[in-house]
Amino acid sequence: MAYNKPIPVPQGESDVYWQKAKEKELWLRYCNGCSEAYFYPTDFCRNPECATPRDTKWVKASGKATLFTYGIVQRAPHPGFADDVPFVTAIVELEEGPKMATNVIIENPTFDNLKIGMPLEVVFEDITDELALPKFKPV
Amino acid sequence: MTDLRKTVAIVGVDESDEIGKVPDKSNLQHHAEAAHNALDDAGLSMKDVNGLFTAGTSTLNLAEYLGLEPSFTDTTAVGGSSFIIHIAHAMAAINAGYCDVALVTHGEAGRSRRTRPGGDAADPGAQFESPYGFLGAPILYAMAARRYMHQYGEDYARQGMAEVAVATRKWAQLNPKAYMKDDMSFDDYHNSRWISEPFHLFDCCLVTDAGGAFVITSAERAKDTKKKPVWVLGAAESHDHNLVSQMPDLTRTAAKNSGPAAMERAGVTHDDIDLAMIYDSFTYTVLTTLESLGFCGPGEAPDFVANQRTAPGGDFAMNTSGGGLSYTHSGMYGMFLVLEAVRQLRGECGDRQLDDPQLCLINGTGGQLSSTGTTVLAVD
Repeated sequence: MAYNKPIPVPQGESDVYWQKAKEKELWLRYCNGCSEAYFYPTDFCRNPECATPRDTKWVKASGKATLFTYGIVQRAPHPGFADDVPFVTAIVELEEGPKMATNVIIENPTFDNLKIGMPLEVVFEDITDELALPKFKPV
Repeated sequence: MTDLRKTVAIVGVDESDEIGKVPDKSNLQHHAEAAHNALDDAGLSMKDVNGLFTAGTSTLNLAEYLGLEPSFTDTTAVGGSSFIIHIAHAMAAINAGYCDVALVTHGEAGRSRRTRPGGDAADPGAQFESPYGFLGAPILYAMAARRYMHQYGEDYARQGMAEVAVATRKWAQLNPKAYMKDDMSFDDYHNSRWISEPFHLFDCCLVTDAGGAFVITSAERAKDTKKKPVWVLGAAESHDHNLVSQMPDLTRTAAKNSGPAAMERAGVTHDDIDLAMIYDSFTYTVLTTLESLGFCGPGEAPDFVANQRTAPGGDFAMNTSGGGLSYTHSGMYGMFLVLEAVRQLRGECGDRQLDDPQLCLINGTGGQLSSTGTTVLAVD
């Protein structure tokens, strides 16, 4: 069946993120002034205290993360997710610091087998010929 | 800061003609019905209106539909809190002389709509959240509630959420306009089906068709309106993120900013408040909001609401309309907080009327726990 979930539309400032994801790598924007990676990718560092908000670069992330919080979706919010319920929406904390929205891939999700703080690693799901979505699974 | 206490008053409030399940009315029809009803309540008419405020549609669209040519226009749309924030903006605009009769409207065929809301595919949410099924408030807010449970204890938080759901339903049973009036026991709450764990069905607000509107005017013009003016003592707003994955602290909303600011402008403290109208998009929203406003400390809300303290007869009156959980919730419920606050302060609430309340605090929350507006209202 054709992929029927919302599909991201890459923008100029996020092209690298999506290209690298297709190559099964997670890349982040990094602010040289703040010495910090940030998510989501934007051309400007979003820390209002930053004195050099244009001085940014792309860095490769380790792909390691911990589970910060999650929900177990029982009622599909969109027809594309109808066959997926129950599935896990999650916010994960990347080893580099930023948090990102994602899914945790796990059989039979429950409060018992999803522990906040548990270690996760990135996996990539191909959704179109051009795009792959970074998701996470327990280590 | 300029002391603006009692410089403006809310002088008219009402819903659209029918609320709940209204199959054949558009969003704009709900706006218009509520607008005319609220103006009638004030003893004013459309020709008096020169300030227009709304969210969910542009004031351009709305003004044309209502036949208005406003001298002050404000489409601040930051979710369900918007209408509370409009009070702060109207207060400023009226004091600046930009308008003197401000109409604030909401209308949404949330249950029966024939269109679906769209968005900009380039936005960060469309790129980095929606593809994962981060769609709709129950999924987004559930993740914040799960974090709260992690920090303060799952069973403890769960009991607090149950207390809110059950107490709010008891108020709805006293409101003839409420959508859900069946008895709800604690067992009913715990046994209701999962929507997005940790949210049961009864943790979630309703989805109804409804409109609401209110009219704000200057102290001078308020003298000639039909009913007792309900004074705005203080109003403030804040937001600290848009997407839930960017929220600085999932257990604390921007009410931490707007609450103290509104109360300071109003010159009141927590103990002065006779009625708290707290946006209950979800049971969890109430817990985090009570804490963020400072009615209790972080992690203390489940204790604060324990033993049906917020139910009819309890010693902390809250959400006496039956709330978004059981009265109505068309999509942006903040509007309806104002309607109930004004009616309680005027003494118009029938079976659910509080004993002579003088001061009400309203807190609206919007977006993905993103924005808040806090207002303190009073009667002489």
